[in-house]
Amino acid sequence: MSDTPIKMRVRETVILRVIGKGFVPFILLFALYVQFHGDYGPGGGFQAGVIFAAGLILHALIFGLDALREKIPPIVVEIGIALGALIYGGVGLVAMLNGGEFLDYGVLDHHEPAHGQHLGILLVELGVGITVTFVMVAIFYAFAGRSRQ
Amino acid sequence: MSHLYEHLPALQVLVPLMAAPLCFLLRKEALVGAFTVAVSFVCLGISASLLGQVLDGHVIVYEFGGWPRPFGIEYRIDLLNAFVLLTVSALAAVVFVAGPGQARRAIPPGREYLFYSAALLCLTGLLGVTITGDVFNVFVFMEISSLSSYILISLGRERRALMAAYSYLIMGTIGATFLLIGIGLMYQMTGTLNMVDMAERLQHVNHTRTVLVALAFVVVGISTKLAVFPLHQWLPNAYSFAPPIVSAFLASTATKVAYYLLIRFCLGLFGLVFVFETVGIDTLLMPLSVLAMFVGSIAAIYQTDFKRLLAYSSIAQIGYMTLGLSLATEAGVAAGIVHLFNHALMKGALFLVAACVTWRVGGTKIGAMKGLGQRMPWTMAALVASGLAIIGVPGTVGFVSKWALVSAALEKDALGLAFLIMASSVLAVVYVWRLVEVAYFATPEGEIEKKDAPLRLLIPTWILAGASIWFGLFSSFPMRVSELAAAQIFRVGL
Repeated sequence: MSDTPIKMRVRETVILRVIGKGFVPFILLFALYVQFHGDYGPGGGFQAGVIFAAGLILHALIFGLDALREKIPPIVVEIGIALGALIYGGVGLVAMLNGGEFLDYGVLDHHEPAHGQHLGILLVELGVGITVTFVMVAIFYAFAGRSRQ
Repeated sequence: MSHLYEHLPALQVLVPLMAAPLCFLLRKEALVGAFTVAVSFVCLGISASLLGQVLDGHVIVYEFGGWPRPFGIEYRIDLLNAFVLLTVSALAAVVFVAGPGQARRAIPPGREYLFYSAALLCLTGLLGVTITGDVFNVFVFMEISSLSSYILISLGRERRALMAAYSYLIMGTIGATFLLIGIGLMYQMTGTLNMVDMAERLQHVNHTRTVLVALAFVVVGISTKLAVFPLHQWLPNAYSFAPPIVSAFLASTATKVAYYLLIRFCLGLFGLVFVFETVGIDTLLMPLSVLAMFVGSIAAIYQTDFKRLLAYSSIAQIGYMTLGLSLATEAGVAAGIVHLFNHALMKGALFLVAACVTWRVGGTKIGAMKGLGQRMPWTMAALVASGLAIIGVPGTVGFVSKWALVSAALEKDALGLAFLIMASSVLAVVYVWRLVEVAYFATPEGEIEKKDAPLRLLIPTWILAGASIWFGLFSSFPMRVSELAAAQIFRVGL
């Protein structure tokens, strides 16, 4: 640690730690708001994913890469990346099995196609959000982990 | 199941697309390998079924999300792209059986699933470009296939593979950007991205300079991806430094899909009259094709590396394909399409031979292949079979395509062109003979242990080498489909 005085200072500055700690949950919450309010207002999976990942990365900057790795191991990141894409495709497939074309969300609700469309876009955006979050974290892990090798 | 039958067009792309993230969840190499092969065979089954459905000349249209044209994205399958889909998925299925091969050394142990995932994404992109009826979708899928092919190429044994992948990335991105600029200009003039809709509307505005510029951007962009001489600079490095399995896959699919795009945009979207009569693109494409045939073949003769030789030979073979298109006749385009299929078979076989040689000798320097005729009899027999096809000896697929091309040239009274096609075949004799001479007639130094490549490599090699003889002897299927496809695009349009 003696060769990285700047890092040490960041971690040991009380103000940064306290304020950062307070900020992270709000950033994550805001990401969820952007995610699920995306169909009514500006936002959606891409933006929400980036904001959520930014919260996680801020946590890693303050408490160290290892602290984040402990909470979100690389294998979880990889599975998360795949999972989001599978949710997206899966919604399309379910639509297909329900008698519609691929990605025709209208058939997801048998009574009211508009509800089906709503549900479909919500789930698809969730898939996008999950993949984007974990891709951002994966990129951060790849770059931040470089100096250790 | 009859229900899923209607969704085959979507499943063609969806199956490999969804399989790629599933590889992340399966993780175990043996499991992922078997899964990838299974997926590629499912793709092959789907494309065979699609080709069967369009053989009678009708066109399958699949509307995504239930949105009709021109609002939604549609997949549109006619004979031409059904045939290309079949070629791509067949080659993928055969090559994937061989597994990552030498690429394994560049992958950290336990992470082989990433290779399979990238290979499946590359397949997804290539199938997507071919199947879609939406020009922006073409660009998106092209990016998917390109990005994953950069990863695959960078897995080569030598560090130079990274540089080769990087320069392909630069050239590929320029090509894709040019295509996107062209598409943007076409969109500006027509207000639509749907191919059918766009082709119709372009007829009314093709006197404008914007459409002319769009054509220029599109043709240069696709030609970069296709490696038309002189835009071929990325190809020799990419194919010779990539792992041989990857070269086998890309050489037999990626440039073929680009050739399909060139036909689709020139004849389907802009239209024969505009491209060949008003603009006269053949005055440029024809000399470049002939130059590619000669420069590629002559450069191949002087190579000291087997894979590099094959790469230069590919540039020459692409010349034959673009020459077919530049004739601007039904027979010429049919010759180009049949050569697309035939070249995929023989170049796939030859690169797989290179994979076998690498497995045995550790490299593909031609000097190191001395006496391989005795040491690896089966591999070298496949080399001879597919080498004869490259030359165009009667009874091989090479002869079928050259015969079709020469007949098309003669039909246009281009005697000189027919002569040039045959003259360039003589050059192919020279570079194939160099390989055969080293393998069979040079005395090897040291041990002469007879040990052929493992069956996992040998079987795919022989399937392709065998197919390049089989379809040479019984050429009616590919020839007939190519003629019908050309007729469809000339008479019905798009």
